Amino acid sequence: MHIVVCIKQVPDSAQIRVHPVTNTIMRQGVPAIVNPYDLYALEEALRLKDQYGGRVTVLTMGPPMAEAALRKAISYGADDAVLVTDRVFAGSDTLATSYALASAISQISKDMPVDLVFTGKQTIDGDTAQVGPGVAKRLDMQLLTYVSKVRSLDTENDEIVVERRSEGGVQVLKTSTPCLITVLEGNNEMRFATMANMFRASRYPVKIWNKDEAGIEDVTKTGLKGSPTVVSKVFAPTPRAVKAEIIQCESNEPGDLSVTLLAKMFNKHPKLEKEIAKRAV
Amino acid sequence: MSEETEAKKPAAGKRKLQLDESLLGYKGVWVFVEHERGAIHPVSLELLGEGRKLADMLGVELAGVVMGQPGDTTRSFCHEAFFHGADLCYLVEDPLLTDYRNEPYTKGLTDLVNKYQPEILLLGATTLGRDLAGSVATTLKTGLTADCTELNVDLEARSLLATRPTFGGSLLCTIQTLNYRPQMATVRPRVMAMPERDATRSGRIVEDKLGMVESSIITKVLEFIPDEMQDKPQLPFADIIVSGGRGMKKPENFKLIWDLANVLGAEVGATRPVVQAGWLDLERQVGQSGKTVRPKLYIAAGISGAIQHRVGMDASDVIIAINNDPNAPIFDFAHYGIVGNAMTILPALTEAFKAHLATARKAG
Ligand SMILES: Cc1cc2nc3c(=O)[nH]c(=O)nc-3n(C[C@H](O)[C@H](O)[C@H](O)COP(=O)(O)OP(=O)(O)OC[C@H]3O[C@@H](n4cnc5c(N)ncnc54)[C@H](O)[C@@H]3O)c2cc1C
Ligand SMILES: Nc1ncnc2c1ncn2[C@@H]1O[C@H](COP(=O)(O)O)[C@@H](O)[C@H]1O
Repeated sequence: MHIVVCIKQVPDSAQIRVHPVTNTIMRQGVPAIVNPYDLYALEEALRLKDQYGGRVTVLTMGPPMAEAALRKAISYGADDAVLVTDRVFAGSDTLATSYALASAISQISKDMPVDLVFTGKQTIDGDTAQVGPGVAKRLDMQLLTYVSKVRSLDTENDEIVVERRSEGGVQVLKTSTPCLITVLEGNNEMRFATMANMFRASRYPVKIWNKDEAGIEDVTKTGLKGSPTVVSKVFAPTPRAVKAEIIQCESNEPGDLSVTLLAKMFNKHPKLEKEIAKRAV
Repeated sequence: MSEETEAKKPAAGKRKLQLDESLLGYKGVWVFVEHERGAIHPVSLELLGEGRKLADMLGVELAGVVMGQPGDTTRSFCHEAFFHGADLCYLVEDPLLTDYRNEPYTKGLTDLVNKYQPEILLLGATTLGRDLAGSVATTLKTGLTADCTELNVDLEARSLLATRPTFGGSLLCTIQTLNYRPQMATVRPRVMAMPERDATRSGRIVEDKLGMVESSIITKVLEFIPDEMQDKPQLPFADIIVSGGRGMKKPENFKLIWDLANVLGAEVGATRPVVQAGWLDLERQVGQSGKTVRPKLYIAAGISGAIQHRVGMDASDVIIAINNDPNAPIFDFAHYGIVGNAMTILPALTEAFKAHLATARKAG
C-alpha cells in the first residue's frame, strides 16, 4: 500500500507580528514549521503503514527551504519525500496549487501506484481547506473530507471505511481506493522521532522536482497565471473608533459594580437588560 | 473601512478588468441552501441576507439552490429561502441526494451553474460547504475565496470583493476573482447577520434533474451517528457568553466563570490555550480556529484579546473585558473594561448581576 501525504511548510503564525506603525507583516525571524494539521495526516498514514505495511511518501510544493519540512517528516518515519519547486509556481492560489500537487502525485504513482492521498484539514497560513478537495477532483479520486478515523482498510478489494465528521453527527462512509482523505485532528498526535529515523532524515536525499519532473504539462495552469483569484488589498483590522470605557471599581464590591457598570450598561442597552432578566435564573 | 498597507502590491490593477465576452452571460447571485435532518442550516439564511445586498447592488436576482430528497421538506426550504430574501430557487430533488455525498452534490451543483450561469455563488464554510465548494470550484476551474468575513462588489468590474483574515488572522486581505465565473466564496456561520424573516415574500421554483444512478456513485453511506445534542454546547447561537482565558490561571478558577454564566443563563467559552490545556472542551473555543459567535453580551475574563480570538467574537453587541493589565489589547475593542484581578471581580460581578436582575424582575 502506498500513501502520499501532502504537507506544507508554513510560518509559525503564533509568532507573526504586525508592525504597529506601518501595519506590515514582520516576517524576519519567524520560524517555519510543518503545518500542524498536516502532522495529524502524517501520523494517521504512519499508523496505517504500521498496520498494513507499505510506503509513505511525503510531498510538498514550495520554495527550496521547504525541504526542511520534508526532512522533519522523514524523521517521524516517512519513507520518501518529494519537493516540487519551480519559479513558475510562485503566486499559486488553491486552484493552481491543486494542479501542481495532482501532477506530482501522478508522477509519484509511476514508481509505485498510489492507494491513498492524505492532506491536513487546512493550513494555518492559507487556511482554506480547499487544496485537498481540489487535488481529489483533478485526480478524479473519491474525496472524503474531515475524516476523524479510518475504520478499516481492505487492501484486497481496494475498499476503505472511514468516519467523517459532518454537521450534527458522524457519517460512516465506504469507498474505493485510490481516494483522497483530509484528516482531522483526534487522538492521532504525532509520535516522537526515533534516533534511527533522525539519522536517516539527516542523510536522506530528498527528491527535488522542477516543473518538468513534476509532470506539469500546462504552465498556464500554475502560479499567478493559473490562479483565478488575486489579492487586491491587504490591510490591518480597524481598531474600534472608541476604546473600552474603563469602569472604576476600586472596591470590587458588588454594590459598586451595580452602579458603575450595570446601571450604565443597561441604561444604554435596555433591551439587553430585558433579555437577561427573561432568561436568567 | 480599514487602512490600506503596503504588505502586498495590489495585483488587480495590472490585470485586465474587462470580462471576456463568454463570461458576460453570467448573471445573478446564488446561495447554496444547506440543510440537515429537516432544517436549514442558519448560515444559509445569513448568506441569503448578505446575498440580497449584493444582488441589489448589482441589480440582479438572488437565487437559493436547494438540493435534497423529493418531498415537502425540500420544497418548504425554497419558501424559507424566499422569506429570507431569495427571488427564485433552483430545486434538484432526487433520492440519491438524501444524505450528503460529495459526488452527486458536486454534479448537481456544477450542472446547475453551467446551465444557468450565476456570477456569484456563496456557500457556508461548514464541513459540508467546504467539501462541496472546493470540489465545485475545481471542477468549474474558477476561483474560490474561503472563510470570508466581509463581502462587497466593485460595480465597475462587476467583481466580488471578498475579504478574509490572512497570516493567522493578523491581517485582512481582499480577494477578487477576475475573468472567471462564477466567483465563489464561503462564509462561516454567525459572521453575517441573520436577516429578518418576511413570510409574505414568495418566488418561483425552477426544477432540475440530477441525472445519476446509484450504481455510478462510488462512495456509500453506511451509517449516520448523530451527535448527542444535549451535552453539546451551541456557542455560535448563544445570546450571552462568559469566556475565560489563560489569565484564569487554573482550571478550578473556571468555577467563577460558570457561576456568572449560570446567573445569566449564558454559555461558557474559552481561548485556545485554555482548550489546549484541556480545561474545557474544543467545542467551547472561540476564535479563528474555533467558533465564531455573535452574542448580545460577551464577557471576557483573563483574555488578552489576541487577533485570533478577536475575529471570533468581534461581532458581539456588547463586550465586557476583565483584565489586570490596563494595556491588554482587549481594551481596544471591548465596550466596557474593568482593570483588575478576575478572581475577585468575577464573584462581585456575579453578585451585582444577581441583585440587579432581582430588582429588574420585580419592576416588571
Ligand atoms: C493559527 C492560530 C489560530 C489560533 N486560533 C485561536 C482561536 O481560535 N481562539 C483563541 O482564543 N486563540 C487562538 N489562537 C491563539 C492566540 O494567538 C492567543 O495566543 C490566545 O488567544 C491567547 O489566549 P489568552 O488570552 O487566554 O491568553 P494570554 O494571551 O496569555 O492572555 C492572558 C491575559 O490574562 C490577563 N490576566 C492574567 N492574570 C489575570 C488576573 N488575575 N485577572 C485578570 N486578568 C488576568 C493577562 O493580563 C493577559 O492579558 C490562535 C493562534 C494561532 C497561531
Ligand atoms: N503547497 C502545498 N504543498 C503540499 N501540500 C499542501 C500545500 N498547500 C496545501 N497543502 C495540503 O492541503 C491541505 C489544505 O490546505 P489549505 O487549502 O491551504 O487550507 C493542507 O493541510 C496540506 O495537506
